[in-house]
Amino acid sequence: MEIAQILTIASKEFWDRIRNRWVLAVALVFTAFALVIAYFGAAQQGSVGFRSIDVTIASLVSLVIYLVPLIALVLGFDAIVGERERGSLDLLLSMPITRLELLLGKYFGLAAALAFSTIAGFGLVAIVLSTQLDLAALFHYAGFMLSSVLLGCAFLSLAVMLSVFAADRTRASGLAIATWFLFVLVFDLLLLGALVVTGGQWGGELLPYLLLANPADVFRILNIFSLDDVRTLYGLATVFPPALADPWLLGLVMLAWIVVPLGIASWRFRK
Amino acid sequence: MVLSPLTPNDAGAPLIVAQGVRKHYGSIRAVDGVDLEIRPGELFGLIGHNGAGKSTLFKMMLGLIPATSGEIRIGGAPVTGRGFRAVRRTVGYLPENVVLYDNLTGIETLWLFARLKGVALAEAGPTLERVGLAHAAKRRVREYSKGMRQRLGFAQALLGKPRILFLDEPTTGLDPEAIRSFYATLRQLRSEGVTTVITSHILAEIQERVDRIAIMAGGRIQASGTVQDLRDEVDLPLWVSVRVSKEDFETVRASLSHLQVEAIEAHDDLVRVRCRREAKMAVIEALARLGGRIRDLSLREPSLEDVFFGFSD
Repeated sequence: MEIAQILTIASKEFWDRIRNRWVLAVALVFTAFALVIAYFGAAQQGSVGFRSIDVTIASLVSLVIYLVPLIALVLGFDAIVGERERGSLDLLLSMPITRLELLLGKYFGLAAALAFSTIAGFGLVAIVLSTQLDLAALFHYAGFMLSSVLLGCAFLSLAVMLSVFAADRTRASGLAIATWFLFVLVFDLLLLGALVVTGGQWGGELLPYLLLANPADVFRILNIFSLDDVRTLYGLATVFPPALADPWLLGLVMLAWIVVPLGIASWRFRK
Repeated sequence: MVLSPLTPNDAGAPLIVAQGVRKHYGSIRAVDGVDLEIRPGELFGLIGHNGAGKSTLFKMMLGLIPATSGEIRIGGAPVTGRGFRAVRRTVGYLPENVVLYDNLTGIETLWLFARLKGVALAEAGPTLERVGLAHAAKRRVREYSKGMRQRLGFAQALLGKPRILFLDEPTTGLDPEAIRSFYATLRQLRSEGVTTVITSHILAEIQERVDRIAIMAGGRIQASGTVQDLRDEVDLPLWVSVRVSKEDFETVRASLSHLQVEAIEAHDDLVRVRCRREAKMAVIEALARLGGRIRDLSLREPSLEDVFFGFSD
């Protein structure tokens, strides 16, 4: 494997997103949403203004769970199929580069663009709020940003995998939307449905572990269980196995959600 | 299939060798048993209908797709597997209907491919100049015409001074002036020792410009050799035309009556005689004997197109 080839492709992808202002646009969306949530998130309770970082993060988590997977899927769904459909893939592959290097280059370039806009977008909010935050709060917020990046990377990995499997861009975009629906909207409902249908008799202990089969849920657990206030607030601590609240374990699961789809993509792309 | 014999003084070992190469997609036999040898410094043309298997063969020669069976070697080395990078660095490729990145400028496009090929970025400028795009170096490819894109694609193939060029329909979208200068560049490259394999469907365009050609049809090479070799092999009739006044038409017919002539057609003052190659000289002599009665005599040899249809029909 030649790192230089990966870097060449990655830097092209990254600078493409900088130049067409994709990074700027996404960063601004994140900043705008985060500011609104930080100041008006508690409006339903009748107060306006920044309250606590924990509550702000809890609200941001709900937003990020919808938004980041969508952005990552849109960013990555045509990574390979787009090149193939446009007809530029043959030329790229005729270079002294392996398919794995090309795939990783694409992934890292797009992941860098996504990470950059996530950190810039939410980071700007941290700077605005910095006067009202202590060190511990900043630490929590940094954890939230890092896990958002990981969430984006996981869905980007899924998107790149789809882009290898799909026959054309149209199908790839369909698959991307289906993936978003499945993980962000349907998955939890299915689990909940299963729980209700079986009356909690069956699989009640297994259920929390099934949440690990969804990167969006891993992200939710990672953020909510790292915040003591929120944990008690949601009354979740009692139903949740403490082993799963280990942020390192959850981080590892998230990493697996990045590595495994990429591995499958690479296997398929070589065929 | 016919291979023109390689004589010992033919500049040593062939540079590109394909042996028994097949590519089957299920029941579709895109390439079905191709043997080919291309010598160093040769300008080699590969012709065939759309779907004849040219592009598939090209992609296998580049190692882009694996052969179902058979083997391809460039400079003695297989084109796939561990040594592929070394082979790729000696090869330039221009795909059919090349697609480049619209958002990059001309010079940025060459920088990208130079990085991937491990070539000094400083080579990009002179290469753009070589294909006549120096003036458009800083314009986005989005603003390029079809012909300019094609030339930029060619420039990309020239990066790194490759020993071998694979050019798939390289003159698509070029105007006659650009085609002429494109072939001038190819001739210059040949004098520098570069081996070029080129496909084209405009047969008239390549027949005078390549050293040897191979005709592909149905996934196989139906014939290969110089254009003259192929003309001899397919033995197509040729046409001898003369201009005579109408009253002399019968005289012409009579003078040819003892010869093996396939057809005589008259149209106004033009008489066209179709005959086999072996009768050519006799026909010309007989017509020349008519002296002052004939004005103007011309000979039309079968074109590469005629030869091509002779083999592929």
